[in-house]
Amino acid sequence: MRVSPATTQRVAVGFMWALAAMTFAVLVFILAFILAHGLPHVTWTFLTESPSSMGREGGIFPMILGTLLVAGLAVLVAAPIGVATAVYLTEYTREGRLTAVIRFGADCLAGVPSIIFGLFGFVFFAITLRMGLSVLSGSLTLALMVLPTIIRTSEEAIRAVPYAYREVSFGLGSTRWQTVIHVVLRSAVPGISTGIVLSLGRSISETAAVMLTAGSALRLPRSLFDSSRTLALHFYILAREGISMPNAYATASVLIIAILVLNLLSYWLMRRFVAKVGR
Amino acid sequence: MKRDRLIGAMLLVVALSAISGLALITVFIFREGVPIILRVGAGQFFLSTDWEPSLGHFGILSMLGGSLAVTLGAAVIGVVFSLGLAIVLTQFAPPGLAAALKPAIELLAGIPSVVYGFVGVVTLVPLIRHFLGGPGLSVLAASIVLGIMILPTITSVAIDALQAVPRSYAEGSVALGATRWQTVTMVLLRAARSGIVAAVILGMGRAIGETMAVIMVAGNALALPHSPLDPVRTLTSNIALEMGYASGDHRQALFATGVTLFVIITMLNTAALAVSRRRAGRRRV
Repeated sequence: MRVSPATTQRVAVGFMWALAAMTFAVLVFILAFILAHGLPHVTWTFLTESPSSMGREGGIFPMILGTLLVAGLAVLVAAPIGVATAVYLTEYTREGRLTAVIRFGADCLAGVPSIIFGLFGFVFFAITLRMGLSVLSGSLTLALMVLPTIIRTSEEAIRAVPYAYREVSFGLGSTRWQTVIHVVLRSAVPGISTGIVLSLGRSISETAAVMLTAGSALRLPRSLFDSSRTLALHFYILAREGISMPNAYATASVLIIAILVLNLLSYWLMRRFVAKVGR
Repeated sequence: MKRDRLIGAMLLVVALSAISGLALITVFIFREGVPIILRVGAGQFFLSTDWEPSLGHFGILSMLGGSLAVTLGAAVIGVVFSLGLAIVLTQFAPPGLAAALKPAIELLAGIPSVVYGFVGVVTLVPLIRHFLGGPGLSVLAASIVLGIMILPTITSVAIDALQAVPRSYAEGSVALGATRWQTVTMVLLRAARSGIVAAVILGMGRAIGETMAVIMVAGNALALPHSPLDPVRTLTSNIALEMGYASGDHRQALFATGVTLFVIITMLNTAALAVSRRRAGRRRV
């Protein structure tokens, strides 16, 4: 019996839709599962207190601070380097061997797994440069890890700025640098911010690299040379060593909410950028 | 003008930081890891399943096997779902729905890997143990979790590849009387083949490099797997599990595990790059 092409299409497309539906069901399930188990335990004291007895009791305040420090500093270091690289690639040079080398470096860096970044940060920042397991080692390692993302998104954002803008600026007698600062970057800011926000999200979620470079101290970090445990690592330790499931779920909920907020923010920035440049 | 040239030179120096970072990583990882491979002997290091750091036995074959099994499993699951998604989103979904679904895929990429691992442990692992037997922590569990994790990567690259196929190809096919589905399988997937292959290779690179989720669901047993229900330890888990307390030769052997991983990933990425470049070359003709 021959199956008609129309029937094949109906079956195949139905199957594809089922796959798509399953994917979104998984997404919703993961979010709902964590939040349903964790949110009831996220209280004001949980967010503002220090943990006691390895995290069985108390809150997660030092980890929130540690995460903000490590991830914030990482992005603070990576963003200027990434944007400058993108400006160089788009505004200051022609495509050639040099740009190919720079792009190759960024592409390869993007493919390096986080555990390798962790090994590198451990032996380079913590040991060779004597920074120890610290906020600084962790954030510099993460900065290197998110650099390719910032370069790529900034480059795309800068390229999306219409060439006419630059011509007008040059026509008014601006130098290249003035054009870059006042015209190109100003128009590209929402697009560039999207990349920065995404990188912040990646830094917050990262665990393997942070574990080997920032350590897992439970106390409040007092300087950049102190070890600090991030939220993601705290969650991992609580869950894996079975220290406290309610606190593990609650920590994961805080993480998930942070990621949701950052994703919404990047989505909103992207729409603003498209609306602005598209006009 | 002179000032502009100076600024250009300064920007160039900054722009070289990514490639310098890559060079530093390569140098430091290799410097820490390669000597121990030479001392143990490459044959022993790569082909022995005997990993007993306290006795000075360093053989990573079971981890290589574990990583391979888990990565292939993840690729199969990731490819089926990603291709389905990419085809639905580019060919069959109304534009409004497709636009709404894309941020959801990005969100899937944003979920921390520890969360994936954890949800895997508390939901998927007991299901596998109950219905299929074995310890639950297994190649299968890791493949499913990784398959979902690499789905956003494969999907977005596959979508780009499908969208890069000239519209006229599909129009020609439909004009000849093919159904939309026939057009997808006979024209679009063929035209986008190299892009899709690149997507799959990139996804495999993600899977083999993933650490935290795999530690939580794969069981970490030091043995070559004989069935999908066996627990395995991957290269990445080996590093993350033991770095905390390793020193001396043991630590170097973990760096050597990292070197192995690094080489495998570089080969995968180069392959992906070569495949997508071939596509770019062909289209220009």
